[in-house]
Amino acid sequence: MAKRLISFTLNGKQHDGVAPDNTLLLDYLREGLKLTGTKTGCDGGECGACTVLVDGRPQLSCLTLVGQVEGKTVETVEAMSVNGRLSPVQEGFHVKLGSQCGACTPGFIVAAEGLLRENPTPTDDDIKWALGSNICRCTGYIKIYEAVRYAAAKMRGEEPAPYPPTDYSKVA
Amino acid sequence: MDALPDFDVIRPTSIAEVVAARKAHPDSRMIGGGTDLLVNIRRGIEKPPVLIDTAGLDELKTIEADETGLTVGASVRLVDLATHEGVRRHYPAIAEAAGSIAGPSHRNMGTVGGNIALDTRCIFYNQSEWWRETNNHCLKTELGEMCHVAPKSKGVCFATYSGDLAPAFLLFGGSVDLAGPEGERSVAMNDFFIGYSKQDGSTGDGIVYMAIKPGEMIVRVRATGTPGLNSAYDKVRIRRTIEYPVAGCAAAVRRDGDAIADVRIAFTGTNPRPVLLEGTDALVGKPWDENAQQVVDDLCKDQLMSMKTTFTPGHYRRRVATQMSKRLVGRLFEQPA
Ligand SMILES: Cc1cc2nc3c(=O)[nH]c(=O)nc-3n(C[C@H](O)[C@H](O)[C@H](O)COP(=O)(O)OP(=O)(O)OC[C@H]3O[C@@H](n4cnc5c(N)ncnc54)[C@H](O)[C@@H]3O)c2cc1C
Ligand code: SF4
Ligand code: FES
Ligand code: FES
Repeated sequence: MAKRLISFTLNGKQHDGVAPDNTLLLDYLREGLKLTGTKTGCDGGECGACTVLVDGRPQLSCLTLVGQVEGKTVETVEAMSVNGRLSPVQEGFHVKLGSQCGACTPGFIVAAEGLLRENPTPTDDDIKWALGSNICRCTGYIKIYEAVRYAAAKMRGEEPAPYPPTDYSKVA
Repeated sequence: MDALPDFDVIRPTSIAEVVAARKAHPDSRMIGGGTDLLVNIRRGIEKPPVLIDTAGLDELKTIEADETGLTVGASVRLVDLATHEGVRRHYPAIAEAAGSIAGPSHRNMGTVGGNIALDTRCIFYNQSEWWRETNNHCLKTELGEMCHVAPKSKGVCFATYSGDLAPAFLLFGGSVDLAGPEGERSVAMNDFFIGYSKQDGSTGDGIVYMAIKPGEMIVRVRATGTPGLNSAYDKVRIRRTIEYPVAGCAAAVRRDGDAIADVRIAFTGTNPRPVLLEGTDALVGKPWDENAQQVVDDLCKDQLMSMKTTFTPGHYRRRVATQMSKRLVGRLFEQPA
């Protein structure tokens, strides 16, 4: 099987590499480049743990061949922090306890980042809908929604709502 | 890094290049977003030696939508179809169907061509190689000899068509444009899907479910507008996101005074093909009342299958599909045009 040159922008830097055609982006990142922040969950498009941004949109790296990102911009969770400081979304997950075992967290952080770049003022439904490709088995999601609301407020330069901001009677 | 078997990928930039590549590699498969195909390859369901990527076909990335017609290129991403202003305005059932497929990250990847051509599904088929082996495989792959859903099926497979776009396009006289070695042709969508599973073998089934010839690809799908037609899409799934439909329903209604002037109903997730319900003409000129609902019940009972190809009992699927269609028609009947 032929190996091919590939080049794309990875976490802000030009990346050139070589990979066989059947290489998944997920394996290329984790095993080839040791960027293990992106997680392997189900390996079949069902959990979202492997989410990365491709040209700013959340996509599943376990269902993406590395050749499919040729010439595109890829961002992994490793690129989210700014000068060694947590991004607003990461801070939200930390402060609001949006992460327990952590297996799903990078995927949720990346998907939430994708949402907030496009929509700085998401409603609760927008948040739920945008995180619909991601599964969490620990938190019950409510802490994750709080984390994203916290991040959205921070990114707008507002003070995040004090605890507890969730009206549980309204959460389906 | 050998999660997938060996294959080469060809990335053409024109339809002519695709046709040439298909000719050079008769065992090749088209790949759009890969959100269905790569899962199947990984599960050892298929092992194509060559994949032909549709992502570089810029000519197939356009959407044209006005009240008279809709044309969508096969390489259009589901997210772009779901959010397109003209599609939302004139063909809401199509936009809603697109917006309900899998989850948001999947819709950023999945294409219209891949969704139309989506492989049929069955609990005995969409499993890992090891799972299938311990169950002696089944007819739908080359490794098996019998159907576990219907052991007396005489070689016929009942795997279910689950694409969400097809029923929505069927409401609007949908058609599929194909390109192949003999040039382009257009087929009515209702003739394109041939998964009738007749035991005399006169039509296709869950294995041969599309009237596509070797070397052909889907290039566009089309719909025709009808003024005054309200439409909508709904589906039931085991989880509300990231899940194939247990059943999906597209419906369209035009009302004239107190009576139905036009009603169209189509389903996915019930048969080895999307089903445009036949016989709804009987409702025209009548109010949407109990009698009309009984007509829909009877038509569904007659035309929707109840094979157990998923986790839910087959009869549940059919009942839930029927119920959904009546709710949708009722809602559209009350909705101002
Ligand atoms: C967890 C999960 C949930 C899902 N839920 C749904 C759902 O609710 N509803 C639904 O409809 N789908 C669902 N899907 C399936 C899939 O994501 C979508 O159907 C998507 O639209 C497929 O498009 P694709 O471009 O990714 O297809 P691909 O995987 O690239 O291709 C699918 C099939 O189409 C063929 N094909 C692709 N392009 C062409 C073409 N131009 N001409 C001819 N053949 C072509 C391929 O050879 C392959 O057989 C789900 C998938 C996953 C992983
Ligand atoms: S319906 Fe029968 S033959 Fe078809 S996939 Fe299921 S078990 Fe296999
Ligand atoms: S590992 Fe990609 S969706 Fe689960
Ligand atoms: S924190 Fe454990 S799966 Fe989400």
